Amino acid sequence: MSAPAIQPLAPPATNPATSAFRWGWGQKLTLWVVVLYGVWTLSTLGLSSERLAAGWEQGARFIGRMFPPEMGKMDELWQGIKETLQIAVLATVLGIALSLPVGVLAASNLSPAPLRLAGRALIALCRALHPVISAILFVKAVGFGPLAGILALVVATVGFVGKLFADAIEEISPKPIEAIRATGASFANVVLFGVLPQVASRFVGFATYQLDSNLRNSTMVGIVGAGGIGGALFAAFLRYEYSFVCTILATVIAIIVVGELVVNAVRKAMDV
Amino acid sequence: MPTPSTSGALQIERLVKEYRPGTPVLKSIDLTIAHSGLTSIIGPSGTGKSTLIRCINRLVAPTSGRILLNLAGEQVDMAQLRGAALRRARRHIGMVFQEYNLVERLTVMENLLTGRLGYLSAWRAWRRKFEPEDFAHAHELLAVVGLSAFANQRVDALSGGQRQRVGIARALMQQPSVLLADEPTSSLDPKTSVEIIQLLRDQGVQRNIPVMVNIHDVELARKYSDRIVGMTGGHVVYDGPPEGLTEDHLNTIYGGKAWLA
Repeated sequence: MSAPAIQPLAPPATNPATSAFRWGWGQKLTLWVVVLYGVWTLSTLGLSSERLAAGWEQGARFIGRMFPPEMGKMDELWQGIKETLQIAVLATVLGIALSLPVGVLAASNLSPAPLRLAGRALIALCRALHPVISAILFVKAVGFGPLAGILALVVATVGFVGKLFADAIEEISPKPIEAIRATGASFANVVLFGVLPQVASRFVGFATYQLDSNLRNSTMVGIVGAGGIGGALFAAFLRYEYSFVCTILATVIAIIVVGELVVNAVRKAMDV
Repeated sequence: MPTPSTSGALQIERLVKEYRPGTPVLKSIDLTIAHSGLTSIIGPSGTGKSTLIRCINRLVAPTSGRILLNLAGEQVDMAQLRGAALRRARRHIGMVFQEYNLVERLTVMENLLTGRLGYLSAWRAWRRKFEPEDFAHAHELLAVVGLSAFANQRVDALSGGQRQRVGIARALMQQPSVLLADEPTSSLDPKTSVEIIQLLRDQGVQRNIPVMVNIHDVELARKYSDRIVGMTGGHVVYDGPPEGLTEDHLNTIYGGKAWLA
């Protein structure tokens, strides 16, 4: 018996193409709406050329007053910086520790539907508020100082890392989980030996990324009174001590850069 | 180990499994497995062989029926167990998987020790506090499966045959009363397949425990089994010694004749 011959493909029924990459009416409409909205906004906000010139002048004066940087308030600077670093590290450690159970709770392959919904809702709640807003809330709730800052950044960490943990857990292979369940292991032991080894390196990656992010955020929560260098920065602004502002900003930038270098070195050393 | 019941190590009665209501995959299976010997379950893909094996250790929950098992001298109905009682029973049932189901990022030794997790509290597991005799036992088993030199290698560096040996050693770490294997040779080359079946058979004989294997290779099943169970369409259609399995039986089990030529 001979094999049936392969039929050639029939030519397409529609007309041959006469143009390519043509803009659809939807794309054209979107572009026009964006352009018109931009023009209208500029005209209503009063952003005239005189306004731009005045702003330019003031900016130059501001930068001029920042130099030379104030070097006489090293004590105040150091106190703020120390507190900022403490807030960042503590909030990261506590936030990651809380994110682990929250991530497991919110992962659809480990957690029954009601618990998963609760976990996802908690994450969504933590993500909903910007750290500055939650810092203000915590200042009102627990008073001024670093405690409020730590709590605000813990919430931010759970919102971000908890979600990444949950998503990472949902992507693991179910096969080892099945095998470890078959040995009679408890749920906790399945998580410890079936789930964590599969996600550990990614978790370390998320944790170091969040430390980097919390370093940045912890310089800012002080502006609303939640501890750290942000408080000194805000006070310097209010007193027009722009030379001290310059010192603080330079120090913060240096810390962020050094922090990023350290985090990158750690990630490289741990191969994540 | 005392085994007071005379009814066989494993007794499956009127077992039904429906993944979707009204379309059973297993249609009332009755099967009694003796205290020792290798039983091969053959049949076409999708006929419920894996479901049957997975019902025994309850990786799959049966819809109805009984699965009576003698574990450490006590008879339990696996179909009824829940929670802690189910986990206690699972500790006595070893299972070997088609794709090995090892934890890829852990070493051979660590994968073996996961066979003891049923006996470890979460607090001890968190601190990696395995019993010293577990380590000793693991080293013995690595010698049995010929992987002594690989104890500290990560399993993702091993070949398929080596991984399946790790899978078998992990199951044996449980000191099981029953050994289940779900297509343990389907991902392996013919020579390794024979070695793996021989290993399963030998361990069953040495430990005097029953071994149940799902297998696609009929010749391999014929050669190494004490008993063959042929399934098709969710029913058992042959149950007897390998010598009794004729081409007519195989025709009933798999349908068609062309593949037999």
